[in-house]
Amino acid sequence: MESRIQHIFLTRLRALAGVGCFTWMAFAGLTAPVSAYGATSPDELALEPLVVREPERREVKIDRIDTENFEIGMHAGIMNVQDFGSDMVTSIRAAYHLTESFFIEGQYGTTTLGETSFERLSGGASLLTDDQRDMRFYNVSLGYNLFPGESFLGRRWAFKGGLYLIGGVGSTDFAGDERFTINAGVGYRLAATDWLALHVTVRNHMFDSDLLGSKDTYHNIEFTGGLSLFF
Amino acid sequence: MKWTSRTATLLVCLAGLLFSAGALAVPNPFKSYQPDVVVSDPYIEMRTGPGRGYPVFYVAGQGDRVTLLKRKTDWFKLRLPRGSFDTKEGWVHVSQLEHTLDLDGNPLIVPKTGMEAFTARRWEFGIGGGAIDGAATINGSLAFNLNPYVGVQGEAAQILGDYSDGYMGSISVFMRPFPHSRISPFFNIGTGYIHIQPQTTIVQAEDLNDEIVHAGFGADLYVSRKFMLRMEYRRHTVLTSRDDNEELNQWKAGFSIFF
Repeated sequence: MESRIQHIFLTRLRALAGVGCFTWMAFAGLTAPVSAYGATSPDELALEPLVVREPERREVKIDRIDTENFEIGMHAGIMNVQDFGSDMVTSIRAAYHLTESFFIEGQYGTTTLGETSFERLSGGASLLTDDQRDMRFYNVSLGYNLFPGESFLGRRWAFKGGLYLIGGVGSTDFAGDERFTINAGVGYRLAATDWLALHVTVRNHMFDSDLLGSKDTYHNIEFTGGLSLFF
Repeated sequence: MKWTSRTATLLVCLAGLLFSAGALAVPNPFKSYQPDVVVSDPYIEMRTGPGRGYPVFYVAGQGDRVTLLKRKTDWFKLRLPRGSFDTKEGWVHVSQLEHTLDLDGNPLIVPKTGMEAFTARRWEFGIGGGAIDGAATINGSLAFNLNPYVGVQGEAAQILGDYSDGYMGSISVFMRPFPHSRISPFFNIGTGYIHIQPQTTIVQAEDLNDEIVHAGFGADLYVSRKFMLRMEYRRHTVLTSRDDNEELNQWKAGFSIFF
């Protein structure tokens, strides 16, 4: 019974394969494959196509492998605004890692302006409205991983991380006006896992303003710690 | 006997096919794609982290079957089984994987990002800075290329001057006569909208909202991977509500990522 079914099945298949092969050879018009196939027994001709198709599904598609080049994080710390004292600063940052050395980063942050010495000493005089005391800034920067490597804590712990330099341009909403701002700084990134990193950064945000009479370059130091996720 | 073994092989292959087809039909979104490959170089170095600064802690030898887990820039994280229970996980540079084989013995094809990708780029995302008549600008742009020669770009810029600040938005058509060159020049024309407001320390000035048209030229410089630099000059004509139109000169420099 079994051989009977096999016989019918294979005869049909062989016939089909024979026709297929013939057409293929006729179209290809190559003599080398003809001789090669000529040496093969008809049985193998019938069975091979079914098997050959399978490996195509195992092709490795590099583009489908999960990448972790994006980084998004939240930072909090202290920001000193020239003449206006220090206050808490919070910011969100998003980065895209171009190579192992370079990354681009966008930052948006807010802080509050305190009182100038003048305002405190004069008694009641206030330079700014409450609204103008909210300082907001954003920037786009280019970062460079300066010293990537492992850092050691005691004998047992090795952390992956490294120092990076960062600098860029942006805008600061300072005392009711938008100011072109240059930032430059340094940070340390410590990888807790592949997808989670801790940051400590110090950055100077510099802009010009004539708020207090003459045009002056304001240096504003931001010192923050942060947590970021890679995805 | 011959027939039996062949039928068995056939059945196993069919079962495999069905199984893989079933697996393909219902993809699991939570399970990431992690293919197995075979090391073909004499050895590949596994590092503790994705960068040149991290130490090599293990080597995978020729013929070892490893799993590609994920990728960070040019580094791949892979898992190497050691015995039944132990595995080693480390990071390998893409250059070492180029000689590695898939399970059928074909070399692993790592898609090249190079001049070809630069010429055939579809989407561009760019940021930069510049100056427009003495005021600083910060700009972001998104472009779509219809083909290597023609593209459309939308752009937003913030203008930050000593006496006034504002915003500018525009849409342009780009034409590139030599897209196959590493330094690829371009021309563009477009139209947009500008809003200018005086600083709060200036008195007696009013906000301006006007349409603008522009023509410009510049060049893209391909750097590496998906990264290029752009320099550009634009001449804007502000279609003011007054009798005379106003001319503005803008210089820009920035970098873009393309996909």
